[in-house]
Amino acid sequence: MSRVVITGIGIYSTLGVNLEEVKNSLYTGKSGIGIDPDRDAIGFRSPLTGVIPKPNLKEYLKRRDRVGLPDQGEYAYLSTLEAMKIAGIDEDMLLKEDVGIIFGNDSSAKSVIEASDTIRLKKDTTLTGSGSIFQSMNSTVTMNLSTIFKLRGINFTVSAACASGSHSIGLGYLLVKQGLQNKVICGGAQEINYQSMGSFDGLSTFSMRTDAPEKASRPFDKDRDGLVPSGGAATVIIESLESAQKRGATILGEIVGYGFSSNGDHISRPNVEGPAKSLEMVLKQAQLTPKDIQYINAHATSTPIGDLNEAKAIKSIFGDARPYLSSTKSMTGHEMWMAGASEIVYSLLMMKNGFIAPNINLNTPDDEVKDINFAYETVNTEFDTFLSNSFGFGGTNSSIIVRKF
Amino acid sequence: MSKEEIIEKINEFLVEEFEVDADAIAPDADLKNTLDLDSLDYVDLVVEIESNFGFKVKPEDFTGIITFQNFYDYIINKVESK
Repeated sequence: MSRVVITGIGIYSTLGVNLEEVKNSLYTGKSGIGIDPDRDAIGFRSPLTGVIPKPNLKEYLKRRDRVGLPDQGEYAYLSTLEAMKIAGIDEDMLLKEDVGIIFGNDSSAKSVIEASDTIRLKKDTTLTGSGSIFQSMNSTVTMNLSTIFKLRGINFTVSAACASGSHSIGLGYLLVKQGLQNKVICGGAQEINYQSMGSFDGLSTFSMRTDAPEKASRPFDKDRDGLVPSGGAATVIIESLESAQKRGATILGEIVGYGFSSNGDHISRPNVEGPAKSLEMVLKQAQLTPKDIQYINAHATSTPIGDLNEAKAIKSIFGDARPYLSSTKSMTGHEMWMAGASEIVYSLLMMKNGFIAPNINLNTPDDEVKDINFAYETVNTEFDTFLSNSFGFGGTNSSIIVRKF
Repeated sequence: MSKEEIIEKINEFLVEEFEVDADAIAPDADLKNTLDLDSLDYVDLVVEIESNFGFKVKPEDFTGIITFQNFYDYIINKVESK
């Protein structure tokens, strides 16, 4: 079995469009949440959303490579470009080696809806254009990036709701560990447009705290009233230790465990047992005890039941070990398909720079979990092991542990 | 719309959509090679024609079109027969 390390990370998020910007936002507890006035006009309950700039890829890619990219594909291209630069992976290496790609993505609603609108209006399918089909499929990110970067290894997309990004890294980890791949570009991507969020808004799941958008996402706080939809893309390049050492790559961390489970319960209401099982499994896989974990990046999205049940699951497994706990979704909002990958990137930035990002807007936690060691403010501390949780609709759970190498 | 106006409009959308240098466009130049068209790009040519002139064509209609002049003649003929 190979040891599995991380040699490249990249990010395009509401906290910044590169690692340096995002690191600073995490440290200062800056929110990436704002208001989209158009959502009010078209019947959304909540206009709250993560805010992200539209990339301009004309200077990077020729037309044929751009037309098949939806919003989240553009974000993922940029986060992957940054990660490849950090990892020292260039065109020459991609031609010589079978580098793979596994990304988490579970929708491409805007492209589907726009194509459908065109067909209905024009009564002609050709007028949807040549890029529409490649933008519309869930595998849009991996099909586009594998073509752009000329990848020759494993190539597929993970659709596992809000745990998609985490499972993508978990599956990449297993492939490298088994010796089937040397390098896999993993990650998660999430569109942020209104087309992808309408039906979720319809479930009354989103925060209505529109008077102060930066205070709307408040995981674990007693006054939380729902999540804020968000998006972007994150890339995590994983590699066998042997391959990384052989080429002298900088090792950002080692993945030492991947735990997973399914709740076998309600489609949208999370429980305690499923996440607890995933936590038990990841600790066992990593051959670590709760006291070895110094920081947990929680899944917590700012929903009343979800946050409480995750806190209960963590408490049941970690007991008096009390690692620091924060949800970076307090700043980013819920990055959904991207979150499991971005939160590995955020936690790696914290570990590298000696701090734990705050769970902003957390004033008073629920009584049952108030003894958890929440990072209410930025904590300046060196740490060498963290755990990242991701859960999704259908009760899919994923937990990953990364250690400093 | 005069023939000159039609040709000017065609050149404008070809430069914009296919990101080709305006100087590379000449009546006798090869359309496919100059615009670097692959089979998928003909779909976008259909979209541009509909968007600029308001009529629908099929990708297979381009079979006999080799040069820009062929393309201009094809569009002019379609516009005039509307």
